[in-house]
Amino acid sequence: MPVTISIPAPLRQFAAGQSQIVVEAKTAGEALDQLTSTHSALRRHLFNDQNVLRNFVNVYLNDEDIRHASGPATPVKDGDTIMIVPSIAGGAVIENEVGKSLPELSNEEIMRYSRHLIMPEVGMQGQRRLKAASVLMIGTGGLGAPLGMYLAAAGVGRIGIVDFDVVEESNLQRQIIHGTKDLGRRKIESARDRLRDINPHIEIETHESRLTSQNAMRLFRNYDIVVDGTDNFPTRYLVNDACVLSGKPNVYGSIFRFEGQASVFWAEKGACYRCLYPEPPPPGLVPSCAEGGVLGVLPGIVGAIQANETIKIILGAEDLLINRLLLFDAWTMKFREFKLRKDPKCPVCGEQPTIKELIDYEEFCGMAAHQTPQPESKLDEISATELNARRLRGERIQIVDVREPHEFEIARIPGTKLIPLGHVVSRMNEIDPEVETIVHCKGGVRSAKAIEALKRAGFQGRLINLKGGITAWSEDVDPRVAKY
Amino acid sequence: MIKIDQKQLDRIREHGVRDYPYECCGLLLGRYGADGKVVTETYPISNAREESAKRNRFLIEPHELMRGERYALDKDLEVVGFYHSHPDSPAVPSQYDLEHAWPTYSYIIVSTTADAANDLFSWEQEPDRSRFNQEELQCQ
Repeated sequence: MPVTISIPAPLRQFAAGQSQIVVEAKTAGEALDQLTSTHSALRRHLFNDQNVLRNFVNVYLNDEDIRHASGPATPVKDGDTIMIVPSIAGGAVIENEVGKSLPELSNEEIMRYSRHLIMPEVGMQGQRRLKAASVLMIGTGGLGAPLGMYLAAAGVGRIGIVDFDVVEESNLQRQIIHGTKDLGRRKIESARDRLRDINPHIEIETHESRLTSQNAMRLFRNYDIVVDGTDNFPTRYLVNDACVLSGKPNVYGSIFRFEGQASVFWAEKGACYRCLYPEPPPPGLVPSCAEGGVLGVLPGIVGAIQANETIKIILGAEDLLINRLLLFDAWTMKFREFKLRKDPKCPVCGEQPTIKELIDYEEFCGMAAHQTPQPESKLDEISATELNARRLRGERIQIVDVREPHEFEIARIPGTKLIPLGHVVSRMNEIDPEVETIVHCKGGVRSAKAIEALKRAGFQGRLINLKGGITAWSEDVDPRVAKY
Repeated sequence: MIKIDQKQLDRIREHGVRDYPYECCGLLLGRYGADGKVVTETYPISNAREESAKRNRFLIEPHELMRGERYALDKDLEVVGFYHSHPDSPAVPSQYDLEHAWPTYSYIIVSTTADAANDLFSWEQEPDRSRFNQEELQCQ
């Protein structure tokens, strides 16, 4: 269909001076494509780098804004007229954009980021946005490792790192930001050095502290985006609430054994973590990675998804993981996705929020972060050294190991009986109630649960928990027993 | 280059001070000539939505622009650019301004405070959209 497009006066210089141009098209979008294929210099004034009509450019088909019809797909008829009219925006004075013009790229940076720059979705503008952006990573563990490395490589201008841990041998199976040479070093230092090596053009800020209700708001204020790479519930709720209260997007990821989750919680645009999980699970119900294990490559995949979404937020991309919970199973190699919805009754981002400042999250989660849950009844405990002393004295005791058989294969305390936690009640008759029983696992959590379960099942004998499990045994009694 | 007379400049400044602390805005009407633009009239877009203007950064809606264009056409003029104020800020375009502009048009910005209009500059977008260049403003 021939349709007539009126060219606005300021753009006529890009259309050979013509004020009206007739093109053949079936839709409004096609008409604009026709126009800009003949007069290519026009295109950048109508469409942005992502090939979407610039938001101040309005296209009227016979006096109707095509945004109110079917957008670019709006059909056109013979003899229709199309007008292009700008909305006039202005003002450097509002909000925080004052003086925030994008930084330039040096020639070295242009060379470094060339694979980004040649894609219109990133381009010079997008790369400068990355350079202007700031991201705060909570944790430099399994998730933080690939996340930090990809953000640094991508040229995110300022990266903040929060961590208080030191690098341990058991971290290296998945925390690829740290190396063997870093064992015993503070993680923030090791991570900083690795990120600097990857990209010397960016700023790295280290915050050696635990994230707390006292420091979270102050820390978050200085960054555009917060990425949660933590492994415990109190910190996860703290990150969520502080992000909601400070209006920052929270790029979430979590991992356990073979399964990972990722989402973008951004209260202004969708659900927050509390909309999904209003309450934390009871303490001890969900095991940590230290107890349950994790496939080393899993945080690599989930952390890379977090990096991907962070970069997309900075670039202004659409189709973010907002209101979407992505579930990944590395063992079956399947991705699934759940729709999330903002909860109008959400206590922090709902219509009538009750949480208006940060609370005590350890109390909220019914536990102290990084601490083992306390069982309801009092638990008899023994230290590894004391147990060793009693054995050396030849006292009559039995030791039950409630770990899994594959853990038993890694390391064991000599002279113990293996009954995995899941079987401890059904195989209760294998434990002699006349003899004092020491129960142990890797760190002392599962053995405490086993004792609880046995007592509830009516076991009459005396049960004592080995504090710190086989790990303490290896540290304090026999270093030949491997730690894992 | 843009040519404008003192009377029109005064009207822009007065409009800016009147609307402080909000932004004022309007159209520049005149003609495109061989040696630049000539402004013969300003067309204030009265900010009837001052409260929402704080959030809504689009100061001139397309239907208002079209009305202004019709008015200009009746007087045998054209829209040659726009003016707006930057309350308590320099008369310099922002990145935001750059992303929402077209070349050829003149963008006059006046810096305002509660009781005075200060710097007033005219800006023109580079044809490749990369930047704004300050435009020579000749007061007639």
